[in-house]
Amino acid sequence: MMRFLSWAYLAATFAFILLPVVVLVVFSFQDGRLPVPPFRGATLRWYGEILGNRALMAALRNSLLVASGSALVSVVLGFLAASGLARVALPGSALMRGVLIAPMTVSYLIIALGLLQMFNQVGIRPSLIATGIGHVVINLPLCFAILYAAMGEHQRNAMRAARDLGAAEWQVLWLISVPMLAPAVAAAFFLSFTFSWDEFIIAFLLTRFDVTLPVEIWSMLRSGLSPKTNAIGSLVFLVSVVMVVALELTLFRKART
Amino acid sequence: MTAEVRFDAVQHRFGSFTALHQVDLTIAAGEFIVLLGPSGCGKTTLLSILGGFLTPSAGRVLIGGRDMTHVAPKDRPTTTMFQDYALFPHMSLRDNVGFGLRMRGIGRAARNARAGEMLDMVGLADKAGRRPHELSGGQRQRVALARALAVSPDVLLLDEPLGALDLKLRRQMQEELKAIQRRVGTTFVHVTHDQEEAMAVADRIVVMNQGRIEHCGTPQEVYLRPATLFSANFMGEVNRIPVASGGATPLGPMPFGQGTLCLRPESIGLAGDLPLGPARLEEAAFFGAYLRCYFRPVAAPGMRLVAHLPQGLHLKVGDEVALFARDPVILPTESGAVA
Repeated sequence: MMRFLSWAYLAATFAFILLPVVVLVVFSFQDGRLPVPPFRGATLRWYGEILGNRALMAALRNSLLVASGSALVSVVLGFLAASGLARVALPGSALMRGVLIAPMTVSYLIIALGLLQMFNQVGIRPSLIATGIGHVVINLPLCFAILYAAMGEHQRNAMRAARDLGAAEWQVLWLISVPMLAPAVAAAFFLSFTFSWDEFIIAFLLTRFDVTLPVEIWSMLRSGLSPKTNAIGSLVFLVSVVMVVALELTLFRKART
Repeated sequence: MTAEVRFDAVQHRFGSFTALHQVDLTIAAGEFIVLLGPSGCGKTTLLSILGGFLTPSAGRVLIGGRDMTHVAPKDRPTTTMFQDYALFPHMSLRDNVGFGLRMRGIGRAARNARAGEMLDMVGLADKAGRRPHELSGGQRQRVALARALAVSPDVLLLDEPLGALDLKLRRQMQEELKAIQRRVGTTFVHVTHDQEEAMAVADRIVVMNQGRIEHCGTPQEVYLRPATLFSANFMGEVNRIPVASGGATPLGPMPFGQGTLCLRPESIGLAGDLPLGPARLEEAAFFGAYLRCYFRPVAAPGMRLVAHLPQGLHLKVGDEVALFARDPVILPTESGAVA
């Protein structure tokens, strides 16, 4: 009996978590004008429409660009910061680590507002670049935290040995640190990519003419529900799933070695 | 390749703590030197200064006559064999051993040939394509040695390299280290806190304590003729008998000046040049190679002497025998020098 209850509980939990997504995906195939029950039969029409929609496809490209660019910059900056702070113990090390991680505790809305005002002051117009910078602000602390945690005594000793054998500092980082930290670097990159890909508030406030996909979807939603939004939502979800799977695989590799 | 090393009045402080006081030491080219001492004695600090990982607060370091005090590790003619091996886990043994050559801009073919040669020297030629995690501790240690020697350094620094190995393997590696050192002729500077290891490998032992060199000499000198009570104690077990001025001791008058008479357990026996008077056997234990005996001198029942006697001896607890000593060493009694 208890056994049955615990299975039922598990099923209920999964239903609670996954049902909205399942509904979204199912009604993206709806053969009708509204993505609401009853289900009238399957069609790929809406996928065809969104793939033919220029604004949506442009937004998709923009999102990919911003996500990969900001993830790359976040990982590089986070890696350099973590390497530096792991190498020497300065009097202010703890404080510097704290300051680096602090943005994680601030809500995206506040960060977006701050960036919007500051960009106004220095004359940066709302754009994809501005959004990218915003995403670096939120993802850099994450990358730093992941990479700093991955750097252990083992790593430090190997770096010391490389220096001892004549490696210059860039060679130590590139030939020893990066390969040794590869799983953590990949994890940091994929997480950053996913966060940037899904992020709405900063993108909404910091873009104007070229927008990212979440912003484009939001403007589509204003004209009412349509299986089209379900279809695009399913695609976004698919990309996120791919990223999460990639993340799992890289972390899994780390656990094995 | 090999070179002489000189420490010239080297001093090092960490904040208010002085890790090294005025160390002067010359190491001959091709010598196997062991820095020996308890943890915190400054031996690792001295090694780090030689490797360039620390810059001394004062003084100079010369390698082959050139001032290296402010030269970075990568530009020194030294390499280090680290305590935890510090192998690169993502590289094959061949690439690990060839890393230093790669940093010196040597082409792949040449460095692979050299790496093969070095791996052959340490008996791992057949495992060149393996990764470090596939090896045992002793094998990793050999790779670390091959990697450090591949660049033909003038001086090889060994930072407690055998500390993580079990006793049997450690003894075996000591012999290998010594043999390889003789073969390559590089100056070896080896740090350890194990005095047996020091005696097994060293040409000369440098005994250190509290940031100072206590004694520097061959294993025989350091063990048989210690310069201070500290090094006498640190090098092995020792019986200490106080000698007052005029040669008065608890065991009766002896032909020495004031100080502490130090006798190794194996220097006390039933025959010798220096009579210690009658003593009663209190306890004896069979140690295989020798019989470890505790004696109470009749003249000084408060004192206990440890002696290692030949294992064939037939003595019973409570027997009274006349004890004699060889190789007596008289050292000035100093305060705060007890190990």
